[in-house]
Amino acid sequence: MTTQVSHPTSGQTQAHIADLTNMSVKPRSLWMDAWSRLIKNKASVVGMIVIVIFTLLALFASVIAPHNPLKINAGQGFLPPAWLELGPNGKASNPSFLFGTDTLGRDVLSRTLYGARVSMTVGFLPTAIVIIIGTIVGLFAGYRGGRIDNLLMRLTDVFYAFPDLLFFIIVMVTLRQTYIGQLLNGLFLLFSALAVVGWVGFARIVRGQTLSLKEKEFIEAARCMGATDSRIMFRHILPNALSPVIILTAMSIPGYIITEAILGYLGLGLIPSTNPNDFFITSWGASMLEGQTAINAQPWLLLAPAIAVSLVVLAFTFLGDGLRDALDPRLQGTQ
Amino acid sequence: MGKFLLRRMLWLIPVILVVSTITFILMHAAPGGPWDRDLSARQVDPATQNMLNEYYGLDKPLWRQFMAYLIGDVTSEGKFDCGLICGDLGPSYRQRGLTIQQILFRPPEEKNILYSRFGYSMRLGVYSLLFAIIIGIPAGVISALKQNTMIDYFSLFIVTLGISVPNFVMAIFLIIIFASTLHMVNIVPRSWDEVSVWVLPAVILGFGTMARTARLTRASMLETMRQDFIRTARSKGLSERVVIVRHMIKNSLIPVVTILGPALAGLVTGSFIIETMFGFPGMGRAYVTAIGQRDYSMIMGTTLIYAVLVALANVSVDVVYVFLDPRIRLD
Repeated sequence: MTTQVSHPTSGQTQAHIADLTNMSVKPRSLWMDAWSRLIKNKASVVGMIVIVIFTLLALFASVIAPHNPLKINAGQGFLPPAWLELGPNGKASNPSFLFGTDTLGRDVLSRTLYGARVSMTVGFLPTAIVIIIGTIVGLFAGYRGGRIDNLLMRLTDVFYAFPDLLFFIIVMVTLRQTYIGQLLNGLFLLFSALAVVGWVGFARIVRGQTLSLKEKEFIEAARCMGATDSRIMFRHILPNALSPVIILTAMSIPGYIITEAILGYLGLGLIPSTNPNDFFITSWGASMLEGQTAINAQPWLLLAPAIAVSLVVLAFTFLGDGLRDALDPRLQGTQ
Repeated sequence: MGKFLLRRMLWLIPVILVVSTITFILMHAAPGGPWDRDLSARQVDPATQNMLNEYYGLDKPLWRQFMAYLIGDVTSEGKFDCGLICGDLGPSYRQRGLTIQQILFRPPEEKNILYSRFGYSMRLGVYSLLFAIIIGIPAGVISALKQNTMIDYFSLFIVTLGISVPNFVMAIFLIIIFASTLHMVNIVPRSWDEVSVWVLPAVILGFGTMARTARLTRASMLETMRQDFIRTARSKGLSERVVIVRHMIKNSLIPVVTILGPALAGLVTGSFIIETMFGFPGMGRAYVTAIGQRDYSMIMGTTLIYAVLVALANVSVDVVYVFLDPRIRLD
């Protein structure tokens, strides 16, 4: 029995190769692959939709909100939600206030919509700052090594030992009365505190990636071709170290949102505003603090912000899980 | 082992130093002193303020105050007053005449340490941890054994909820369901001597830890199930029950056991909101009250205790690992 061996030089094979070239699809990058895995994950897609919805609600709160969140409706305090005829306190509902009203007769729905502004900002803005600082520090520490690296590692050890939430509480308590504490209704101080602690995690993860990547052949090749250090760091190492950064980002956002809600609930987050021109009027944490005394009389004061914060946090968690599976398929199903 | 432990313990010193330095700087960066905070009340007159400052040593230069806090200082009567290194956390600025350690660790008359604020918080932490273990480990084992069935998906759903929804939000939902709507429990009970009143706060506090335990157990079980020694155990004819209990569960619990220390520390330090909601007489509520009153020395003392608890718990992970897994050696 003879086996037919096709020679690369034979005309038939060459035609075959030409065929294959014509048939071939556009090459897909790693990111396209990850994206297609991500959108196949139902939970992540739901998460993304919820995040987009809440971002839009936050941006257009002033248009969507049925009432002015600061308008005090005298004599209409503690109205029950619209679907109840009579609330537990015996007051009749008013259909124009879907979730009812608070002590001062302010619309709960409108206040909850405005609260989305704080939580969504806390989700995105400090995260962006933290990623930039953490990535740059991590890249330099991992690439240069030596003293910067040592300093970074000692610093992260201390940061890991200090309980995060306690640090935020101390900062917010002590600096609240100062000028910085009053900027942006207290949010500036909160963002700064989050950033001071948050960059460490990113620096650590980027450093680890850099340490292993800088020994790879393609870095050596780049260096042989005369690439500068900064070009190697930002064009060759950084893109290859991005997926753990993206995963960590999605995982830290819910943490920031929860932290803001806890601080708000302790009366240490956003300073609720009475100025209708302010962008940030109230936060979900602050609303829960206001609502907790009325837990029996008007539970929706508490429930509306509690449900909102749970939805947003769950959405980010689902997206984070999906991103982890999409960017690092080896981890799928292990966590 | 001993050397390793010693090194880890010594590492606590810089941690405490850094934590107290940060807290000290922030405390003094805050505008105003401890005597003029409350704007609603009558202000303390300057002469009395000076006297108080002198009494508490607040008139001395900052570095001297810091050293006095850490090591100690000579009082006006010429006696040496020992500081943090002797376990003295200093006087409370609000509950005058009491030191921080008296507020936190001294039980009421004729009771033991379990009835001090610290004791109450520790007990709540332990009960929550028990709840987390008793529910979390079996849930993780079952969902790994029944991977990709409805049971697994249901448990994963609960786990995701428990991990992402913060415990005070969970508390709001459960209080509204069980206390306001069903009237099954009192939110703020008169006495904490009965066991039944501990159930709701302990379950709420332990829910997140339960979810994390279940997830870790499941992941660890799934990994163990694919190991060669499981195939060996089956092929030598052991019954399925023995394979699961003696080989799978026993081996997959190693990582779970090691997180128990940090979990307990997390529960004790993370209970302050739950304690406030339920009017619980623990350390966490004292902490939140101190925040409201701007009682800086109290905030600082509690933070230090919390930081030490967390650091000790982290050391416990490494120690427990060595005992449970002979493959791992330190150094």
